[in-house]
Amino acid sequence: MNPRSLQPISTDSEWSFELIRRYDQEIARLAERYALDIYPNQIEIISAEQMMDAYASVGMPIGYHHWSYGKQFLATEKGYKRGQMGLAYEIVINSDPCIAYLMEENTLCMQALVIAHACYGHNSFFKGNYLFRSWTDASSIIDYLVFAKQYISQCEERHGIDAVEELLDSCHALMNYGVDRYKRPYPISAEEERRRQSEREEHLQRQINDLWRTIPKASGRHNEEQAQRWPAEPQENILYFLEKHAPLLEPWQREVIRIVRKLAQYFYPQRQTQVMNEGWATFWHYTLINDLYDEGLVSDGFMLEFLQYHSGVVLQPAFDSPWYSGINPYALGFAMYRDIRRICEQPNEEDRRWFPEIAGSDWLSTLKFAMQNFKDESFILQYLSPKVMRDLRLFSVLDDDQQDSLQVSAIHDDSGYRHLRETLAAQYNLGNREPNVQIWSVDRRGDRSLTLRHSRHDRRPLGESSQAVLKHLHRLWGFDIHLESHQGEQLIETLHMPPRAEPQESQSSMAL
Amino acid sequence: MSHVIDRRLNGKNKSTVNRQRFLRRYREHIKKAVEEAVSRRSITDMEHGEQISIPSRDIDEPVLHHGQGGRQDRVHPGNREFTQGERIARPKGGGAGQGSGKAGNQGEGLDEFVFQITQDEFLDFMFEGLALPNLIKRHLSGCDTFKTVRAGISSDGNPSRINIVRSLRAAHARRIALTGSSRARLKAALAELAALREAGSTDQPSLARLEEEIAALRRRIDKVPFLDTFDLKYNLLSKQPNPSSKAVMFCLMDVSGSMTQATKDIAKRFFILLYLFLKRSYDKIEVVFIRHHTSAREVDEDEFFYSRETGGTIVSSALKLMQEIMQARYPVHEWNLYAAQASDGDNWNDDSPLCRDLLLRQIMPSMQYFSYVEITPREHQALWDEYQQVAAAFPDSFAQQQIVSAADIYPVFRELFQRRIDA
Repeated sequence: MNPRSLQPISTDSEWSFELIRRYDQEIARLAERYALDIYPNQIEIISAEQMMDAYASVGMPIGYHHWSYGKQFLATEKGYKRGQMGLAYEIVINSDPCIAYLMEENTLCMQALVIAHACYGHNSFFKGNYLFRSWTDASSIIDYLVFAKQYISQCEERHGIDAVEELLDSCHALMNYGVDRYKRPYPISAEEERRRQSEREEHLQRQINDLWRTIPKASGRHNEEQAQRWPAEPQENILYFLEKHAPLLEPWQREVIRIVRKLAQYFYPQRQTQVMNEGWATFWHYTLINDLYDEGLVSDGFMLEFLQYHSGVVLQPAFDSPWYSGINPYALGFAMYRDIRRICEQPNEEDRRWFPEIAGSDWLSTLKFAMQNFKDESFILQYLSPKVMRDLRLFSVLDDDQQDSLQVSAIHDDSGYRHLRETLAAQYNLGNREPNVQIWSVDRRGDRSLTLRHSRHDRRPLGESSQAVLKHLHRLWGFDIHLESHQGEQLIETLHMPPRAEPQESQSSMAL
Repeated sequence: MSHVIDRRLNGKNKSTVNRQRFLRRYREHIKKAVEEAVSRRSITDMEHGEQISIPSRDIDEPVLHHGQGGRQDRVHPGNREFTQGERIARPKGGGAGQGSGKAGNQGEGLDEFVFQITQDEFLDFMFEGLALPNLIKRHLSGCDTFKTVRAGISSDGNPSRINIVRSLRAAHARRIALTGSSRARLKAALAELAALREAGSTDQPSLARLEEEIAALRRRIDKVPFLDTFDLKYNLLSKQPNPSSKAVMFCLMDVSGSMTQATKDIAKRFFILLYLFLKRSYDKIEVVFIRHHTSAREVDEDEFFYSRETGGTIVSSALKLMQEIMQARYPVHEWNLYAAQASDGDNWNDDSPLCRDLLLRQIMPSMQYFSYVEITPREHQALWDEYQQVAAAFPDSFAQQQIVSAADIYPVFRELFQRRIDA
């Protein structure tokens, strides 16, 4: 590092476009030194009101209209105006160029932090991480959002706001089940999408009609078919299944389902990489701003302000603190990346035992490898070190409804490290976080009812809003819905929509 | 590599549509909340928005999620005294099983979704479905507001309003008109000259004559000015009187000893509702306060509501005064006249028929709407019965209702101004 010789870039805390550009240049120069691979940056300065708008549209720069975004907006507005909550300092969008919003209320120091955090941290994560690479297409997302917005407002004109709103409600209820977890999709561009859309409409409708053909067949063949379950394999992507096979939907409704499905896919990687993504961005703002300081480009006052913000970001309240709301992904991710660097640079005996393959290796390439090839679950499983567990004083509590008391199943000691690591990793496994519900069968020759199967994990039942979700499913499918909840091979309970008569009803409500 | 863009001047109300969708969806909830708010609010407080709360479960967006129960192993930070295998009593109350954090943290605001609507929205919801009966806007003839509208093109005007396109077009037309014959001649002369030269003619005199003619023609054409004052065209603006609708609202209130502060309070709320409602239909509203016991007086607002006098009650005194004021200051052809009368119903018995006649003969014919509220829990008095005859004679513009408590105000108001569906 150079000795601290240069003049600081600024001594004031007011920002100006000139200064923001200057900081960006310096940070870019430093980022280059670490060879961070990024999309071009588009830094947009916005006001607090605009930030609230951005919040309300879950960070999408363009979104179709829906009341739930209005609700979100009202909640944000109220919280902000009463001073109950601050707004995020930044929002960054996974697009090419990478769009980062900076709030005009921020101080200069905060702007610099945000530039380092969003424009170099998140940005390089979006470009590098395998989930984002395979699930999203940064260059086409904006176009696709524009297409979606236009299409949905056309639908509103043609079919009425209410019809579209109902449909979107139903789709949103199932949004988390609109993703192929095990298959990788091919992102397609918005241009392509528009071109394909009209052919698809006609084509789809033909296929569906074929599936539900009512021409009578010879009786022997009929029975044989009856015995065969359809679909042959359980379907995890419920929205996709509905889009392709729901008997009563109009072509435009299928297209709307598709839009929601595509958005679910776009957000899917983000939901799986909170710790990694935030940790990575935090690691880089910390590293880059410290480098600025080392070069003498920022003053001591700037640095103190920075450290205050930074420690706020990575604050992890203890489990018994009134502010505790689970593990802070910024804190965990930051601690892990820092520790990986430490293991590479100054490994001790314990590290060599736990991480023989990375101890003493080149930290930058190790860190990048970790960022590129993992998601939260596997990242924690691979890299959570005993030191981080000790520093955060992690412990796990086993809550079993068949036992009277809770049990501390592991703490941060030699016998507990592996258990803790596995448990924490499982906590970030989307498959565990969300109930495993799949489409099981369709009664094609009978009442056309759709049966879903919930496989219980650790005997955990479905939440109380399941019945409401089934209503939405029923609206999309158009015929009866059954949801069977299984523990292993054993059927525990079945929910029906429309609800069945008394006895079963009371049984299910008791179980809930 | 990076672009810095200032977006602060872009539209900031991107969420407006979504917000309206939300209000639209929960219209019924909001209306109910508004109705409650109206009856709860203090008198001077109608000019604000309102905080609306809706039960969260009604606006939930359901998703499939895990319920309580089963076997859960969760990691928490900040261990101090626990050791492996230690047993902890299950925490009591809502967050059973989830450990300490989540339930407590989300507890606040979980039951009610609270948000703010603006005053305009508040009034919209408050007056939704209500209409002013007999809404005829009488326009003021000698009104004092004008708006300037474009009124075509004129040949004279202010230099700042020159219409360049039209001016140049006029100039062009004039130039064509004035030089047309010369140009035709010039063209012919040029052709002739060229033909002579082509033919290798040596007829010097005719060549010279032609050249002279061409020069003369060119001079003549050049003399026509490019732009003449005659060409200038101006955008013409003309002032149009802006018809503004005006209304006057007479508030008549009994302040005799029998009217308590509570009754007056109810009357005031009723007047305010009416005032806000009229304000939505008219640009300008004047309010005339007339209070009476045995004699009537025009007073200002403070005195109207807060000073107390005692004495008997002669309602007709107020009606007479109102009629005088109408004649003196509010000619019928200029003003929309509304009146609201509040009383506890007491009146000298032989005065009530007088009131009826006054209303029937003199006041009602020029009234847009006259509403009478009787604020009393008791039986109707003579005045009510007499007024019923008025109501029969003017079913469209006269209405009376009884208010017993403050909670009745808004329902009664809605009753009075319910939009009527014309047969």
